Amino acid sequence: MFTAEMYESIKKVEATREERMKTEPRRMTAEEKDELLKTYHPDYRAAGFDEIKVGPNKGEKAPKELAELLHSNSILLTEKVDLSKIDYDCDVLVIGAGGAGCSAAIEANEAGADVVIVTKLRIGDANTMMAEGGIQAADKENDSPVQHYLDAFGGGHFAARPELLRRLVMEAPDAIKWLNDLGVMFDKDEDGRMVTTHGGGTSRKRMHACKDYSGAEIMRNLRDEVLNRKIPVVEFTSAVELIKDDKGQVAGAVLLNMETGDYLVAKAKTVVIATGGAGRLHYQNFPTSNHYGATADGLVLGYRIGAPLLYQDTIQYHPTGVAYPSQIFGALVTEKVRSLGAMLVNKDGEAYAHPLETRDVSASAIIRECANGKGVDTPLGSGVWLDTPMIEILGGEGTIEKRIPAMFRMYLNYGIDMRKEPILVYPTLHYQNGGLEIGGEGFTKAVPNLLVAGEAVGGIHGRNRLMGNSLLDIIVFGRNAGKAAAAKCKDVVIGEMNIDHVEAYAKELEAAGLNTGKTSPLLLPKYARHER
Amino acid sequence: MSNMVNVFFYGKKYEVPGDLTIMTAMEYAGYTLKRGCGCRHGFCGACATIYRIKGDNTLKTCLACQKQVEDGMYVASIPFFPTDKRTYSINDIKPTQQIMMELYPEIYSCIGCNACTNACTQDLNVMQYIAYAQRGELEKCAEESFDCVACGCCSVRCPAEISHPMVGLLARRLVGKYIAPETAHLVARVEEIRKGAYDDMIEKIMQKPITEMKELYNTREIEK
Repeated sequence: MFTAEMYESIKKVEATREERMKTEPRRMTAEEKDELLKTYHPDYRAAGFDEIKVGPNKGEKAPKELAELLHSNSILLTEKVDLSKIDYDCDVLVIGAGGAGCSAAIEANEAGADVVIVTKLRIGDANTMMAEGGIQAADKENDSPVQHYLDAFGGGHFAARPELLRRLVMEAPDAIKWLNDLGVMFDKDEDGRMVTTHGGGTSRKRMHACKDYSGAEIMRNLRDEVLNRKIPVVEFTSAVELIKDDKGQVAGAVLLNMETGDYLVAKAKTVVIATGGAGRLHYQNFPTSNHYGATADGLVLGYRIGAPLLYQDTIQYHPTGVAYPSQIFGALVTEKVRSLGAMLVNKDGEAYAHPLETRDVSASAIIRECANGKGVDTPLGSGVWLDTPMIEILGGEGTIEKRIPAMFRMYLNYGIDMRKEPILVYPTLHYQNGGLEIGGEGFTKAVPNLLVAGEAVGGIHGRNRLMGNSLLDIIVFGRNAGKAAAAKCKDVVIGEMNIDHVEAYAKELEAAGLNTGKTSPLLLPKYARHER
Repeated sequence: MSNMVNVFFYGKKYEVPGDLTIMTAMEYAGYTLKRGCGCRHGFCGACATIYRIKGDNTLKTCLACQKQVEDGMYVASIPFFPTDKRTYSINDIKPTQQIMMELYPEIYSCIGCNACTNACTQDLNVMQYIAYAQRGELEKCAEESFDCVACGCCSVRCPAEISHPMVGLLARRLVGKYIAPETAHLVARVEEIRKGAYDDMIEKIMQKPITEMKELYNTREIEK
């Protein structure tokens, strides 16, 4: 199902395969990596960013599309909602029903709190569901949480908040055990040892997986557990604004029924923002591996009520998104494909870089190859080869079907047998490294009783995230947020509720001379032809 | 530019580029999707869809995000399907054949028509995993159903009114929790951390200056 030109290039990939497989490509030096990132990584393209003009991060830069949302008013500036008519009254309001939100809800429920989850799509419609490759934890004899810390800290360019990273690595084994006890089917050998592999930038093989449905397997267990516990889940209902009280604490959220257009009021003693990422904002026109609802809603809600962002200017482009065929353009090709041995190869059949550099380095190297005419042309741009037949040679026949069945199925659907032919990849917008700033307990520092968990948090990973540390962070920080929220709500007394910050923010925007003509959060991307 | 094809969304005709998926074709036609759209990459099962090609009486099922449009395709998405999930406490149930009988007794009404398997958007052998569940072969049921995205197309077609994805999920949770062997190295590490075995070391590395961390990172040994 490739074009004639692609088949010509495949011949070169096949011709060099045997020779390539004899040696492992050299890893880049620190200097080489820095130079490559500066020249080719999208985070360094000034045209992709704007300065934030209002709020706590005023003067810093953010991706243009995010800055526009931060520079827009709340829909509630014109729509009037009666805050005295309470539709939901609870201890803990969780906004978002992905991995972080569900983990938080389960732990808060376990601690005896009265929890409500709201989500703009369905429970489980989240990036968690789509995480393929795995989840890190230092639980083997040759590994330790300290080694995990070093890998993540270095991979994140020494920018992670130590307090947060400490929790991530120290609580990782317990997170795996918690999931295992819920019923998650990890890949194990017959003695119960976890089957673990490398990810880009790991120094030990600590990637635990559930085939290449790792996130899906985790998410469906969490979802089932939420439902078993009878935690109320209000689906197709977005949070469009947070509510404060006269003491300045968060006190709930105004919700929008996505289907009827009705506004609803949720009153809550603590609020957990677990709204996930921003891939659907398509920064710098990149395609995305993210789910339909990844529009940075939580960042906007948190920012407008006064919570600062951290590292909002660093974005992860996953090196291997689908470059061809166009029907699945931008879909994720799990890093596990490289963990299992597939090399990245340019159009001339050269393995131009080590396949398991960190994601930012790997993505930049692909962009470099394509910019320098070493990419293979596709209808939507260009790409490099991921030499998947190597997996079958290295691991034996059947390895692909057994270890990465989702990838195999996705390509076979379009007549490409990745066991026999390599596949074409190009970076895809995958993850927001930054987000709302939190302390170790999960609370924002500026707004009392407001917590954040999951991809909406900034600072856990620094300026680049390693594979397998996101599934980990949603569990670790989701659970912590749920426990902390449940403990905190016991001594919260809510005062008079208001959304005065909406007007205050509007005045700031006006004073800064900003008028985007739009409202935020975005809620859903504009994909219908007449909306584009 | 690709060829245009005629497709029918809920019976209404639209001309769309033939290289689109059903989902992107609906958006091309002007739909703003709320239901019937989730991950858009074949993992979440939100976009269960039924269709028929004009002139062919076969009723087909697919995921709208994974299926390319065809000329003469009559399409209806399934916005919601009332799957019948039973609730239970995972800590209180046991991995036995009886648990299937207790929670999902309707699986024993399977008439062997294979409509579920024919409807599966993931090409799973659904009827087979239900048969495994009937016999209490939970591991086989878990393995066979592992790639299920719970789109519900099987349940839509089932004359015995079985909620297949829920049966597979129960089997997988039981296998993951009770049947798969315990991981000794995981249990040991959790215990070490709980006892504070790494507290000093992690404090130390947290305090190190960045220059020293760079040196440590750039010279660290990488497991082969």
